[in-house]
Amino acid sequence: MTTAETTATRAVVVERRVPHSLDKVWRALTQGPLLESWLMANDFQPVVGHRFTFRMPPMEGWNGVTDCEVLSVEPQRELAYTWNASGEEAATGIRTVVTWTLEPEAGGVLVRMEQSGFRPQDKRNEMGAKYGWERNLGQLEAVVARMS
Amino acid sequence: MHLAPDDVFKALADPTRRALLERLLREGELNVRALTEQSGVSQPAVSKHLGVLRQAGLVLERPEGRVVHYRVEPKGLAPLMDWMRFYAVFWEERMDRLENLLKRMDQ
Repeated sequence: MTTAETTATRAVVVERRVPHSLDKVWRALTQGPLLESWLMANDFQPVVGHRFTFRMPPMEGWNGVTDCEVLSVEPQRELAYTWNASGEEAATGIRTVVTWTLEPEAGGVLVRMEQSGFRPQDKRNEMGAKYGWERNLGQLEAVVARMS
Repeated sequence: MHLAPDDVFKALADPTRRALLERLLREGELNVRALTEQSGVSQPAVSKHLGVLRQAGLVLERPEGRVVHYRVEPKGLAPLMDWMRFYAVFWEERMDRLENLLKRMDQ
């Protein structure tokens, strides 16, 4: 990734300290049925190059399908996959990468999720446009942004 | 995750409800009386609007004696946000579920 792209895109980072073993956390992240129980229905396999989807019920402005490809698998340390819009939304939708990092700590594991690659145009305001009040939505978003 | 964009957008199609929500976002928790003061509509009307916002998952209520306090439910706002804010809420909620799963799993 170039410097220009780095500055033009943004990431969501969520971290949790969990009082569990590395092995257990790794299984929750990589075994399909376990992954489904907390994240989404999937056909994931921890194999670099494996293409798979995460699926949830469609909603307004999103078909609910995420196209993924496994980028890296370092058992009990790191797992990364692409996280892209699917189908008709693929051309204009998000193209991001989700990276999981596990760090052993006293009494547990620091679980870190970084979803990177959000671009300024990755907006969902077309929903506001559909309902005819995108300007008001913008004001509300500004208030939400100040709050968070 | 609670996501019903149609309900959310219909609830916010009304300017009075939007103003109520914006006040709660700015000022935190308020009761019906405080919300009525600057709304320009009657207290029963404000209560009715708050009911619609609550149904859409946008506000939470906390009764205290005869007074009910209202505050914003941040998760309910997810459909209004851009993808980045959507996923910020999404991953927090999924991490909660991951923690619950880890508690249930065998060693």
